[in-house]
This record gives sequence, structure tokens and C-alpha cells, in this order.
Amino acid sequence: MKNEASRGDSASQFNGENSQSKYDFGGKWQPSELELARRAARAKRNKRSAIIAALSSFFVLGGLAVIAVTSPGWKLLSDTFFKWAYGVEVLPKILLGFITNITLTTIATICVAFFGLSIALVRTSKAPALTPFRILATVYVDVFRGIPMLLVILLVGFGVPALQIQGLTNNVLILGLTAVIITYTAYVAEVIRSGILSIHPSQRAAARSLGLNYVQTMRHVILPQAFRRVTPPLLNDLVALIKDTGLVSILGVTDAVRAAQIASSRSFNYTPYVMAAIVFLLITIPLTRFTDRTLRKSIEQQNAQGLA
Amino acid sequence: MSNSVLEISKLRKSFDTELVLEDISIKVPEHTATVFIGASGSGKSTLLRCINLLEPIDDGVIKLDGEEITDVEINPDEVRRKIGMVFQAFNLFPHMSVLENIILAPMRVKGSSRDQAVDQAESLLKRFGLLDKANQYPDRLSGGQQQRVAIIRSLALNPRLLLLDEITSSLDPVLVNEVLKTVRDLKAEGMTMVLATHEMGFAKQVADEVCFLKDGRILEWGTPDQILNKPQERQTQEFLKQVNEAGRL
Ligand SMILES: Nc1ncnc2c1ncn2[C@@H]1O[C@H](COP(=O)(O)OP(=O)(O)OP(=O)(O)O)[C@@H](O)[C@H]1O
Ligand SMILES: [Mg+2]
Repeated sequence: MKNEASRGDSASQFNGENSQSKYDFGGKWQPSELELARRAARAKRNKRSAIIAALSSFFVLGGLAVIAVTSPGWKLLSDTFFKWAYGVEVLPKILLGFITNITLTTIATICVAFFGLSIALVRTSKAPALTPFRILATVYVDVFRGIPMLLVILLVGFGVPALQIQGLTNNVLILGLTAVIITYTAYVAEVIRSGILSIHPSQRAAARSLGLNYVQTMRHVILPQAFRRVTPPLLNDLVALIKDTGLVSILGVTDAVRAAQIASSRSFNYTPYVMAAIVFLLITIPLTRFTDRTLRKSIEQQNAQGLA
Repeated sequence: MSNSVLEISKLRKSFDTELVLEDISIKVPEHTATVFIGASGSGKSTLLRCINLLEPIDDGVIKLDGEEITDVEINPDEVRRKIGMVFQAFNLFPHMSVLENIILAPMRVKGSSRDQAVDQAESLLKRFGLLDKANQYPDRLSGGQQQRVAIIRSLALNPRLLLLDEITSSLDPVLVNEVLKTVRDLKAEGMTMVLATHEMGFAKQVADEVCFLKDGRILEWGTPDQILNKPQERQTQEFLKQVNEAGRL
């Protein structure tokens, strides 16, 4: 989109100082005495707020830290969970395992996007020919949204090999991946469907009355708007997906969780788990922040549309 | 009268058990405007949606330029290309700029090249004084500007017939005027139109024929002067009296 720049910045226009050029009609406008005084007062107030925030954070957080470190159990706690030298030692193994998590996430994301969108389209279409598929899709979504993913992993991971069908894989990595895809497709299909349903029916009517057919209407009018609306929940699902790839460790896949488990059972020390947690956080926290920002933006945009 | 662009005979439409339109028959000759008035819920929007094949009908025949468009073998997408429609609100696609809104159908439906479509869109925008808004997004336009863009967009496929459904009812009075001026200009250029409106003054100005809808039937029809100034039916008189009292004239 060429004009992104012209639409996203509406909020900054109301921030006082930043906006003066925008309203500088004659080119000779100077802020009045009153406005200058107001700006000075505002700056002073902002400075005071910053100081208060810094002081209060320092005392509260610092106080909590002191209480934790000086408490009697601290030594045992830190030896069990935060033995950094040992943590660094096992880190390479955990990182190697984490590559598996990332690979699983990447492949699952692509497959889930494809299947999730397909199922959402089937469920929202009204074509009579698709009726059996609509029923199947509904049952599928209801079932797999309603059972714990761990169960699906166990069912697929241990159940499918037990069938001993020729040509079906016994590879736990592929079976685990399949279970993750099956479950997340159900989640994502539902999110996309709710996005499609949230678009005002007039949009569809307007598109159809221009002569666009069903596919064109979906592709150019409904889906672009729906995806914009569901980007934040989809990003949430992505964060959850990254974490949930750790569940396939139950099948014996050596991902980050499993690598940590092996290291920790060897030494009876739990620092590897903490290390694995930190590795996950390094990816999930930035993604969560990003999701938050996207959500705020999309709310702002919807508000703007409501105003017009 | 010259040949009819639109001809409806004995149209009937119901939703589930509710009968919404019954025995609707009208002829709309080329270059004329037919205006539907009537209370809320009398079936105006439903009628326009039926004409555009957005709603299936129970019975009756709709003809566009003499061709029956209610025939089961007809592709509704092709019919809709020849009929422009503007709704009360939510017309524009908010994720596209004004220009992109206008060129979408010419490019996707008619297969125009992008350059061709942009040229045409710009000349339309210029004609209606909105060229400076070409790259704006709909949420940056006033309600009146949005509706005018919606009208322009529906003109981009050179429709035979334009359906306008209470296009001013979500606007405040100042904005109403600029939209109505656009419609008057189109009328002057010979566009054939069917409108639903609550603006009796506007109906007077553009209508060649006014139809009063009451509970899904055309109760009375005639020239604007006949219907709006000298209505014969008691219910038409009552409706106009109510509209008058609501201060809408
Ligand atoms: N999709 C639908 N399903 C069921 N009933 C509907 C539907 N659309 C409209 N109706 C009913 O049809 C009747 C006519 O509605 P319509 O929207 O055509 O009225 P209108 O004359 O356009 O009213 P207004 O002036 O308020 O726009 C109403 O009683 C309404 O409840
Ligand atoms: Mg209506």
C-alpha cells in the first residue's frame, strides 16, 4: 500500500507540540504566551511524573530483591534453579533442541495457515455443494478445540504407529508435528471465521453489486479486512504455538524441553529447565510485545473508522 | 415514452413467512428517475436489492433492457455489472484508497488495464470535484464525500441503471445537499435511476415518477406533483403529513 504513511499517524496530531506544522496555515503563526506557559507546565509535569515513577520502581523492586536474596531459603533456591555455570554448560544442547521447536513452528504455521483458511472459507460459504464439507468442518473444529492438545499428541504419536499400517510413518517428529497442525488448524480456522463474519454485510453487498463474483469479493474485499482484524489473535496463537511445540517432547522428540529434561535428570539440578524457559522467552516476549502493539493499532484504526 | 430500461411485473418477495413485497409492477423508461417513498419497513430497500439480484424473489419478472434477468439461466454477476447500486452506509471498502475503490471493478470485472482504469477514475473524480481525494482512505472523508465516491464508483462500469437506497439518510443536512447535487447532475446527464428516499424535497426535484409503498404494495403512483402535492389515497396523505411534521420537507 502506497499510502500507509498518511493514515497511521492520526494519533500524533493530537499531541500538542508535534502537530504545529500541520496547522501552520499562514506560515507566520507563533504560539501565544498562554500556549507557551501551558507547554512549560506540561513539560514540568512530565518531568515530575518520570521522577516519581523511577523512584517508586527503585524502592519497590529493589526492596523485593533484597527480601528474596536475604531470605533463609535463597541459597538452596539459587543452587537448584539458578546455577549459571551449569546452565551455560548445557545451553548448546538446549539451543540445538530449540532449533527443532523453531522448525516445527515454521512448518506448522504454514500448514495451519493454509488449512485454517480453507476450513474458515468452507464454513462461511453458503454453496449447497459444500454442505457435507461444512458439516465435517464444523465437527472437526468443535472436537479439536475441545480436547487438550496433549491428548491429541498422545493419540497421534502413539496411536498411529500402533495401527501398523504400511507406508504410514513412525517418525515421532512428523507425528508430533501432525498433532500440532491438527489442533492449531481448528483454533485458527475459528479465528479467521470470526474475522470473516465480523465484516459488515454491506461490504459484501457493495462488492457483489459491483459485479464482483464470490471469489473476487472474498479475495479483494472481505479477506483483507478480516485478516487485519484478526492479526492480533492470530499472533497470540503463534506465541502459543511456539510454546506448545514443547509438548511433542512427550513423544521423545529432542526439542528444547526434552534436552533440558535429559540434562536435569542427569544432574538432579533444575537449572536446565530455567535455561530452556529463558530461550523460549527470548522469542515469545518480543512477539508478545509486537502483538500488543498491533492490537493497539488495530483498535485505533477501528475507532477512526467509527468516527467517520 | 421510449423503451424501458427496467420493467418489473407482479414481483413478490417474502422472508420466511413475512410477505415483504407483493404485486409490484413498474416501468422505468430510459433517462428517467423513479422514486420510492414510504414508511420504514415498507420494503423499499428490499425492492432495490431484488432488482440487483441480491435477493431471490418468490415470483414475478424483472427485465433489464427487455431481457429477463430473473431467468434462472442468467449469470447474476453479469447483470450486476450493468446496474450500479449505492447503499445507505458502509459502501466503500475501508482498506482501499478512493482510487483503488473505484478501479477495483473495472479491473477485476471488466478486465481493464490499470492505466485505463486509473484514467477513467480520475476523470470521474475530476468531474465530481473529488480529484484531490483520490489517494485518501475512506475514513478520512466526510460522510457526504464518502457517498459521492460510492456513486462515482458505481458509475465506473457505465451502468444502464443506478439504484440509490436512502443514500443521504445517514448524513447531516449540510452534507445531504452536496450528495443530492451529484444525483441531480447525473439525472441531467440522462442517467436512468431508481431511488428510495425520505427526502420529499429531493423526490420533487429529480423524480419523473413517484411511487408510494405501503406494506409492500404500490399504493399510489404518479408525477411528483400528483403524489406529493395532491395525493388521492388517505394513507399517502397520512404518510406525507407525518413526514411534514417530522420536519423533513
Ligand atoms: N434479510 C432479511 N430477513 C428477514 N426480513 C427482512 C430482511 N430484510 C428486510 N426484512 C424485512 O422486510 C421488511 C422491509 O424491509 P426494508 O429494509 O425493505 O424496508 P425499507 O422500506 O427499506 O425501510 P427503511 O426505510 O427503514 O430503510 C421489513 O419488515 C424487514 O423486517
Ligand atoms: Mg431501507
